[in-house]
Amino acid sequence: MQRQDLRTWLFLAPAGAWFLCMLVLPLIVVFVFSFGERGPAGGYVPAFTFDNFLNLGARWAAFKNTLILAPIGTLICLLVAYPLAYFLALRSSPRWRTLLLILVIVPFWTSILIRSYAWIYLLGGQGIPSLLNALGLGNPRLINTPFAVLVGIVYGYLPLMVFPIYVALERLDKRLLEASSDLGSPPWRSFLQVTLPLSMPGVATGCMLVFILLMGEFLIPAMLGGGKVFFIGNALVDLFLQSRNWAYGSAVAVALVLVMLVTVAAYLRLTRRWAGGRDDVSLM
Amino acid sequence: MESNLKPSSETEDAPIAELREASKHYGAVVAADGLNLSIRRGEFLSFLGPSGCGKTTALRMLAGFEAPTSGDILLDGQRVNEVPPHRRPVNMVFQHYALFPHLTVAQNIAYGLRQRRPRPAEGEIARAVDRALETVRLPGFGPRRIWEMSGGQQQRVALARAIINQPKLLLLDEPMAALDKKLRRDMQIELQTLQRSLGITFILVTHDQEEALSMSDRVCIMRSGRIVQMGSPRKLYDRPASRYVADFVGKSNFFSGRVTAVEAGRTELAAAGGHLIAGGAPVEIAMGQTASASLRPEQIALHRKGAGGNTLPVTVINRIFLGEHTEYLVRNTDLGEFLVLVSRQAEAIEGEFEPGDQALASWQDGAALILGDD
Repeated sequence: MQRQDLRTWLFLAPAGAWFLCMLVLPLIVVFVFSFGERGPAGGYVPAFTFDNFLNLGARWAAFKNTLILAPIGTLICLLVAYPLAYFLALRSSPRWRTLLLILVIVPFWTSILIRSYAWIYLLGGQGIPSLLNALGLGNPRLINTPFAVLVGIVYGYLPLMVFPIYVALERLDKRLLEASSDLGSPPWRSFLQVTLPLSMPGVATGCMLVFILLMGEFLIPAMLGGGKVFFIGNALVDLFLQSRNWAYGSAVAVALVLVMLVTVAAYLRLTRRWAGGRDDVSLM
Repeated sequence: MESNLKPSSETEDAPIAELREASKHYGAVVAADGLNLSIRRGEFLSFLGPSGCGKTTALRMLAGFEAPTSGDILLDGQRVNEVPPHRRPVNMVFQHYALFPHLTVAQNIAYGLRQRRPRPAEGEIARAVDRALETVRLPGFGPRRIWEMSGGQQQRVALARAIINQPKLLLLDEPMAALDKKLRRDMQIELQTLQRSLGITFILVTHDQEEALSMSDRVCIMRSGRIVQMGSPRKLYDRPASRYVADFVGKSNFFSGRVTAVEAGRTELAAAGGHLIAGGAPVEIAMGQTASASLRPEQIALHRKGAGGNTLPVTVINRIFLGEHTEYLVRNTDLGEFLVLVSRQAEAIEGEFEPGDQALASWQDGAALILGDD
């Protein structure tokens, strides 16, 4: 029995050490720093003050952009991904399915940086706007707008949304749809009453994955938002690397973590309800 | 029930459903081959056969999940080939129940009523659900989750979910396959009682001959997409039309040979070693044809001594005690091994036989059936 315990601990040790060094300790450091002050030449000077938190309003624009664009981006991802996942799981022929699934992840084989450059060109003056202009549809400004950031988000995060939904739909017992039909439900109502509720765990997982990553996103807003549409991630980069105000940066980071915790808690509550109070259903 | 079917022929003897030359092809595979069947109002009918015989296809054509490649499906005299399942006044109990895991027991049962337009009032639905739960003897289980129910309970929920809609046909697709033997027996009796009290036409698909014989008014024996024979369980048992049916319905011994005499009510077959076996032929057989004599194990008796016709010297090979009966496996040097079922009373007279004992197997004149091999 004791040997069993020892073995368990040994197996857990690498992951445990990693968690401790890479997650718990840095979080403690950030938390402690958030009550400190900026040194004369930047960096951190120990102190105990709430000034950093009281000052969070100065970065309100970053919070606002993140809290508006992250949910909208997640929602658009969902709306694009669901029909795609539905087609892949329930309508495509099994012969093509694997190929189609690979096509969904193909963009991941290239760095997001390079792909974002491509979007800079596409959305920039010589890209889509000039094309629209040539067609006499005006010359809209696309790059450096929230729209450009959303395009980048949907493009970059779509596979993360498609896969969990695909798995949920693929696992769906097709006989349930027959049962629904047998009991008098036309196909569209079967979708609403059976397919959709039973794919909710996949939807929730996809939304959580995309949303959490989006809350910390900084590359897409930096490249496609051109400093006009910036996220908390961009504010953090700016605070730690440019203004070197580590204490204030830590306070912003702590605030971000708190927002995330609230969101995840809400998510767990919701998914528990979707799973009908069943605890043994894995949703992540 | 939402339906575009007008009640046309509500007379008692008009069939409630019919298959007319109904065939189903999947590419080169023929799952159902020209099925002709007329289902009586209120009967309990079974499709019996091994897997792949087309019984499930027949059921799915009645439910509307499969459209016949050719031929017609009729419900209450109306052709329904193109009517989708959700517009057919027919409900199914699925093999693995197919209960909705995200809904409670009550919500599962109410599902069919909630699909009706106009939708019944919630109070009305709740009362109907309670009644259905009573009927399947699960009162008070409404708020439970599906996964909290045992296999047998899930089956009752599936049954309640179907009968609440008062379908014209209740289709049961191997509903007992997932239950253990004891539970299956209880459920069979319950289903039969339920069918009689509800008066709904039940159509059962099964590969379990005991189940089909014990529950049904009529059994439809299928093989390779065709109906081989159809009739009451007793008729199928006593007058099987072929060796296949005799083999499928109950246990039987078969002795192959050639037909040597055909007279009124008496056909004679010469089996291996020149043994002549005579009996009735439910289906006419020509002289000289190869055929099989079928003898049920309970029609054969074992004696220590005796003489006369219909007697074979045998050696006892094995004995299985079955309680009320004892089943002996015996061997005749010419005809090979066969089974003999000896009752307690008969054993009281002749005594028990031990493996290795010599004995005489005999049967009454006319007990054997001479059946075509197919």
